[in-house]
Amino acid sequence: MTNDLVLDETQLLAALRERDEAAFVTLVRRYHGPLLRLAMVYAGSRAVAEEIVQETWLGVLQGIDRFEGRASFKTWLFRILINRAKTRSERERRTVPFSALASSEAGGDEPAVSPDRFLGADHPDWPNHWCAPPTSWGASPDQLLLSKEARDLIGGVIAGLPPAQRQVITLRDVDGWSAEEVCNALDVSETNQRVLLHRARSRVRGALESYFGRE
Amino acid sequence: MSTTDAQEMTCKELVELVTDYLEGALPPATRARFDEHLAGCPFCTTYLEQMRQTVKTLGALPDASIPPAALDALLGHFRKWR
Repeated sequence: MTNDLVLDETQLLAALRERDEAAFVTLVRRYHGPLLRLAMVYAGSRAVAEEIVQETWLGVLQGIDRFEGRASFKTWLFRILINRAKTRSERERRTVPFSALASSEAGGDEPAVSPDRFLGADHPDWPNHWCAPPTSWGASPDQLLLSKEARDLIGGVIAGLPPAQRQVITLRDVDGWSAEEVCNALDVSETNQRVLLHRARSRVRGALESYFGRE
Repeated sequence: MSTTDAQEMTCKELVELVTDYLEGALPPATRARFDEHLAGCPFCTTYLEQMRQTVKTLGALPDASIPPAALDALLGHFRKWR
């Protein structure tokens, strides 16, 4: 987060403590996307996720006068959401702790690239080197990558990921959390965090590669 | 250093280390083998570039905006709370 945004956020929080409605609306709009994405990880449906986000903001209003700013507002906000979401999923008896889910998903073998795209380990000259290498997406694929079609594709891939992978890639890459923030929030080891991130990124890259068309 | 460490990195090995590489989590010796392979392999260079583009694209996904009804409901709560 840039210093400007931190400064701006300090002012917004001060205004919120003064019961300033515009400050509240600004914060709600600013964090709606990230909160909803995080809620979707826990919730079974968009409707439930929206409810969790609503409850989170009620939690903010209840707690803002006691919030001392030791953690960043963002950290505090997401912690409220995670707590609400967990309480809710316990009520609905979906109680597999994230760390267990993470360990289970990080285990086993899941190659980043299909093994048939490499030469065999017994190849005389180039063992385990590409036989079907990736081809460049062009000098500036940004426009294509940001097209609605590509975004929908990525959204679909993320939605189809195993839950722990989905959660890690959402927080790390979509919402820009640091590895440390993710490990703390999800109570997952650094190693498992990286394995989950790697598998999730590899799947998204693979989908984009198909989208660009392998030649 | 084991024999494996001293050996040239293969493409198949490299693609599994890309995230650790980007995260700065590779041990120095492995990182050196990674860089060495990359310097001589245009395919893996392309692969690494695609992973970077993937991460960049994920970070540029647009945010959903809050539905008006949800915002109204929150404002209702806010006014009561105030």
